Amino acid sequence: MGDFYSYFFGHLPDVWSGLAVTLEATVLGSAVALTLSFVFGFMANSRPVLVRGASRVIVEFFRGTSLYVQLFWLFYAFPLLFGYQLSPLFCGVLAFGMNYGAYGSEVVRGALNAVPRAQWEAAVALNMTPFQRMRRVILPQAWVQMIPPFTNLLIQLVKCTPLLWLIQAADLTTVVQQMRDRTGETTWAYLTLLVLYFVLAYALTLLMNALERHAAVRLGRRPAARSLLRSRSAEGARRSETAGGAR
Amino acid sequence: MATDPLQKPDTEHRAQDTVAAGHLIEFDQVVKRYGDHVVLDHLDFTVERGRHVTLIGPSGSGKTTILRLLMTLERISEGLILVGGRPLSHMAGPNGSLKPADEKYQREVRKKIGMVFQQFNLFPNMNVLQNITEAPVSVLGLDRAEAEERAGELLDMVGLREKITAHPTQLSGGQQQRVAIARALAMRPEILLLDEVTSALDPELVAGVLDLLREIAHTTDITMLCVTHEMGFARDISDQVLMFDGGRVIESGPPERIFGDPEQERTREFLSAVL
Repeated sequence: MGDFYSYFFGHLPDVWSGLAVTLEATVLGSAVALTLSFVFGFMANSRPVLVRGASRVIVEFFRGTSLYVQLFWLFYAFPLLFGYQLSPLFCGVLAFGMNYGAYGSEVVRGALNAVPRAQWEAAVALNMTPFQRMRRVILPQAWVQMIPPFTNLLIQLVKCTPLLWLIQAADLTTVVQQMRDRTGETTWAYLTLLVLYFVLAYALTLLMNALERHAAVRLGRRPAARSLLRSRSAEGARRSETAGGAR
Repeated sequence: MATDPLQKPDTEHRAQDTVAAGHLIEFDQVVKRYGDHVVLDHLDFTVERGRHVTLIGPSGSGKTTILRLLMTLERISEGLILVGGRPLSHMAGPNGSLKPADEKYQREVRKKIGMVFQQFNLFPNMNVLQNITEAPVSVLGLDRAEAEERAGELLDMVGLREKITAHPTQLSGGQQQRVAIARALAMRPEILLLDEVTSALDPELVAGVLDLLREIAHTTDITMLCVTHEMGFARDISDQVLMFDGGRVIESGPPERIFGDPEQERTREFLSAVL
């Protein structure tokens, strides 16, 4: 134990740089995922069959193929085909973004559909344009519904970032792995990783809870302050079920 | 989709006649089907400007569908609806024919019409003031100060000035419905559609909403089309009552006659069941 931690604290700059890579992959990956969620989510809800079909095919492809294989393909196969080596971080951001964007698009589609049709009708009765209806009425209400499942996806994305180790990105896991190799302290090295990822995931959860609370207050709901500390997974699943059932 | 009525070369000409005759709304052989189920069966009726018309009849007789067609929330299956002499769901196509209206045309015709719903349908992401000012600002292009002034006046009229910053969830059903009425009026509609506006309210809240509608009926020149089960209210505010059954108007006339001395057996049966 002593060996590992004296090494760990003796090389904190390495830890920080590993953490920075992990955070970078998380933030950029989820930004790409969020964007694609909306693009494919709106496409899935649009009227033209071709647009809907295209979204369906892309989403099914990225949900149906392993993230692990996608990463390998981008990092090892892409250069063979196109003669251009993508950086590990870029591969990670792209693969995480595509993969979680595919899941996220279902969240967007579901949340848009969960806004009662009556809201759309009221907006038509006020003669709003389709864009105004979406922007001012439907989306603000759907957004509240999206946050809990988005939180789940974000946490899953964080927990997938150790895959970066496989394509030689110097993320948090890679750095701590190297420390384990140096010190031979397997137990403490992995225990430390467990704690670090938990702290990271929980910090993101708290952030998303605050965001959800803010959005809920704007809809005139007042969730208990306790809900800010709640871990999301179970709650999110239960909520999306209730939302689905109310349709 | 409508196919048959699209080939009506005389529509334009006839439309001008209707305006001259003062018909603000005209239903011409309107059919609405859901699959095989016919809700409106070659329906004809007209409403003149400034009239207050009440639609009565058993559930499922197509009353609400008429309002929903007028608000363009449903698509017409056959026939033609004219509002202010212009086809509501059709626009000029090649060679004097009509084709289904596009969004832009529909928004132009729809400007005249406002609707109040059974379930209020206030926007929960906006407070009372925002609910009322949103469309005047974004759709009519009023500046915010003007829209807020108008909203304030309307809230005075519906007696809810003190709730101006409240959220819909903080209001009772009756208050929500009064805000919804103010929201519809803020768009200055020529035609106001009222779809069972008191049906979702607790009995003690009904009177407040009906009093408000009575005031609007008596103090404005808005044409009102009203689907209601409140026969006392119908008798009180309407100039004309249309009795529906099986997707058709089976009897129409002034409220005194329809309620006092209906001609049709079916109307008598219906009224004796609800009164």
